[in-house]
Amino acid sequence: MNFKIHNLNKVFDNRVRLGIMSALMVNDSVDFNTLKELLDLTDGNLASHISALEKEGYVHVKKEFVGKKPLTSYSTTKIGTKAFNEHLDTLEKLIKNR
Amino acid sequence: MQPEDTKHLEALNEIRTMMRKSSRFLSLSGLSGIFAGIYALSGYAIAVWYIRNRLTGLRSAIYESAEPFTLEVFGFFILDAILILGLSLLTAYYFSSRKAKKNNLKLLDYTAWRLFWQMAVPLTTGGILSLALLLNMHLAFIAPTMLCFYGVALFSASKLTYDDVKYLGIAQILLGIVSAFDLGNGLFYWAIGFGLFHVIYGTVMWFKYERNVE
Repeated sequence: MNFKIHNLNKVFDNRVRLGIMSALMVNDSVDFNTLKELLDLTDGNLASHISALEKEGYVHVKKEFVGKKPLTSYSTTKIGTKAFNEHLDTLEKLIKNR
Repeated sequence: MQPEDTKHLEALNEIRTMMRKSSRFLSLSGLSGIFAGIYALSGYAIAVWYIRNRLTGLRSAIYESAEPFTLEVFGFFILDAILILGLSLLTAYYFSSRKAKKNNLKLLDYTAWRLFWQMAVPLTTGGILSLALLLNMHLAFIAPTMLCFYGVALFSASKLTYDDVKYLGIAQILLGIVSAFDLGNGLFYWAIGFGLFHVIYGTVMWFKYERNVE
């Protein structure tokens, strides 16, 4: 077997994290509940994947109050955008170069 | 195809789907466009009938103010317009909620609100301007104003919904400009833009995105 070395980002080797990043890439910012609806996830599940992305420095978290309700919204960081674009390039190359 | 490739393709597809779903309002139905167009054409037909049978010398009224416009005449045109708008919005609401339900989407999610505000600003501006033109008896400029502002609203909103909306916007803007150089045929251009263009657009959209789902 020939194991090709490629730089597919391990962080994105997951449906949910890929989905979160995709949504954040095309929006200035997206709040927690919207992400939850978009990806059809439970609170805990979404929170754990977001904190994984946050730990990598890919996602920026902003907490604010709208009236009396706390609102947490997320956006991609520069590093996150770069990592995601590289991941996309790699995926495309892998499919084209076979 | 190897399993690895399938996995990569799936990943790319999921990315694309999520990007669209999270940034665009996709519950607009082509059927709403077709119905809006039919309402507009019916409203136009009623207006033409009214002018022919109830009103003599409308054109001279517009240009020479020979026949002063009464409240009844204004009332007729405003009622006609409000009926067309109201019916179109109700129909759009009906078909959009139906489509949202079918696609498991929430109708009034944040993409809907974003689209609403993006359209509301140019549309309200154009609406108030048209009202001012009406009150000042610059009737000939009402249709060009409505067409142009509606076109600009569609054009700027297209990135928040289907890209195809952009072409409808450009068509309305061009028609509005042409009508501004051919004053006196406002009703006719209005019927082309809000009637015919909507029917064409709605039909294309329905065939392109919805036919297979129905």
